[in-house]
Amino acid sequence: MRRLERFKLGYRVAILVGALLLMTAPLFLSNWIIFVVAIGCAKGIVVLGVVLLLRGGLISLGHGLYYAAGAYAVAIALNRWNIRATLFLIPLSLLAGGGMAALTGLLLRRYRGIFFAMLSLAFSMILYTVLFKFYDVTGGTDGMRIHLTKESSSLFHYYLTLILTMGVIYLGRRFIMSRLGYMMQAVRYNEIRVEYMGASVSKVIYFSYVFSGFLGGLGGGLVALNVGHVAPELAYWTACADFVFVAVLGGATHVLAPFLGSIVFEFVKNYAFKFSPNTWQMTLGGILLVIIFFLPQGLWSLTEAIERKVIQWQLSLKQ
Amino acid sequence: METVVIILFDGIGFASWLFMISAGITFIFGVLRILNVAHGSIFALGAYMGAWLAAWFLGGHYPAWLSFPILIVAALLVAVTIGPLIERVFLKRIYQEEEVIPLLTTFALFLVLEDVIKLVWGIEPRFVDKPFSLMGQVRLMGISYAGYPFLLTGIAFLCALLLWLVINRTWFGRQVRSVIGDREISSAMGINVPRIDTFAFILGSFLAALGGAFTAPMISVEPGIGIDVIVLAFAVVGIGGLGSVGGAALGCLLVGVARAAAVHLYPELELFVIYALMIFVLILRPKGFFGGIEVRRI
Repeated sequence: MRRLERFKLGYRVAILVGALLLMTAPLFLSNWIIFVVAIGCAKGIVVLGVVLLLRGGLISLGHGLYYAAGAYAVAIALNRWNIRATLFLIPLSLLAGGGMAALTGLLLRRYRGIFFAMLSLAFSMILYTVLFKFYDVTGGTDGMRIHLTKESSSLFHYYLTLILTMGVIYLGRRFIMSRLGYMMQAVRYNEIRVEYMGASVSKVIYFSYVFSGFLGGLGGGLVALNVGHVAPELAYWTACADFVFVAVLGGATHVLAPFLGSIVFEFVKNYAFKFSPNTWQMTLGGILLVIIFFLPQGLWSLTEAIERKVIQWQLSLKQ
Repeated sequence: METVVIILFDGIGFASWLFMISAGITFIFGVLRILNVAHGSIFALGAYMGAWLAAWFLGGHYPAWLSFPILIVAALLVAVTIGPLIERVFLKRIYQEEEVIPLLTTFALFLVLEDVIKLVWGIEPRFVDKPFSLMGQVRLMGISYAGYPFLLTGIAFLCALLLWLVINRTWFGRQVRSVIGDREISSAMGINVPRIDTFAFILGSFLAALGGAFTAPMISVEPGIGIDVIVLAFAVVGIGGLGSVGGAALGCLLVGVARAAAVHLYPELELFVIYALMIFVLILRPKGFFGGIEVRRI
């Protein structure tokens, strides 16, 4: 028992060290790495939303919808209404994502499996066509450049992203450990039994979906602030599929897994694009195939393997 | 009146084009229970192979009409090489997995194939418009219209007929229907289920590649054509009901006519109507028009 406690302590220390490293990263890492980490964290928030649904057996192929809604809400607020207060922009992106999810969720909660995936995809494509065609408001195919002020430097946005990411990790963990989170897992294994226990599957799915929509909007808003540009492709089906890709890449077993997956994904994408501009998709596809066939629990299962090794090593020291 | 006729012509032309792709997806889903994202790449491969072979063929001194059989040969080539490769090497390992795994596996294959195409044929667009101009113009109901879409409609009809005959009138089709009904019992009755899977996948891939090969003369064949196609096909099979070829035909007609109407009346809504239609149908009929009833787990 004491060994377990000591191990848990080590675990917490590792997370704390990781957080401190990220906090001090701008001191010793170059700007582009900071940027990639920020994008990785922001997209990781969206992926966490996808993962929470995946834990209930629901494949959301439409999280681009909330992602794009959050991003465009920030862009429109900055460009058209000239609102520059981050304190206002972040809740706005949250509301845009969560509000959309509260609407679509009313319909989506009736669907399961592949139909859930396809209907959510259709919703996302609807937003894509709207963003794509109504260029008076949305800037059309080119999207919109966001007019950021001088004082809101990229460093400010990095820390903003990091702090919000930590908040989301805490909330995500609370969600997974909550009654709703456990119920979601039960829904994946057997819906009818959940109903027999007296719980409402439709409510469980709806609330999880809205929560996940909030995360999608927040991630989108942060990406918009970091990149300074929004485009309709944020809602296209390839963007949606990328989120599911990263969800499986990271794994669904731990609240930190989506962030690990997302940051790794961003770095791999950047390097693949740099070294072989014509075959970067192939690299990503190849990695995904390797993960599916050889590491089906995702990258996070590697850390669990390390955990086991460490415990074995501690045991061997005792003997 | 004229607009209505043009909308109908455009819609049916688009529908026949879409049918060749969607029929394959829905057929593969019926047998293998996998929504194949890589279908878009097979379509693109068919288009490239068709454009490449036809261009090479038209370079020689052969009669130009022979380029049509060449397009069919191109589709066959793609189907019998890529089809078994995908099904035997990757898909057969994941039939038992949760739904997200097959979806992502085919997505990964889609990403890989997109770049394979770029590696093999380069990134410059290719044009083969000879077969298109060969069909000339048709005067119908007072309107002059390109002849090629009618050829496409004819081919789509032939495909539908062929698929119906294969499924309902052959020994292979009887086995396929049995596998669709119940994989385990089919296997117990002595049907070689893995072989049926492979052949069904090849047949579905052939339809997509054929669609691609016959699209090649209408468009500039360039990287990324498979990306837009696949999501349209998803809308169609969602409307028609997954696994139902007849449903795919109905879905194509609805989508084709709705899109053509939007293009002529209010172009901003061109793509919007397609997905709005899909959502509308899925709200009224959650499994699409001809989607089957699924057994719930207790």
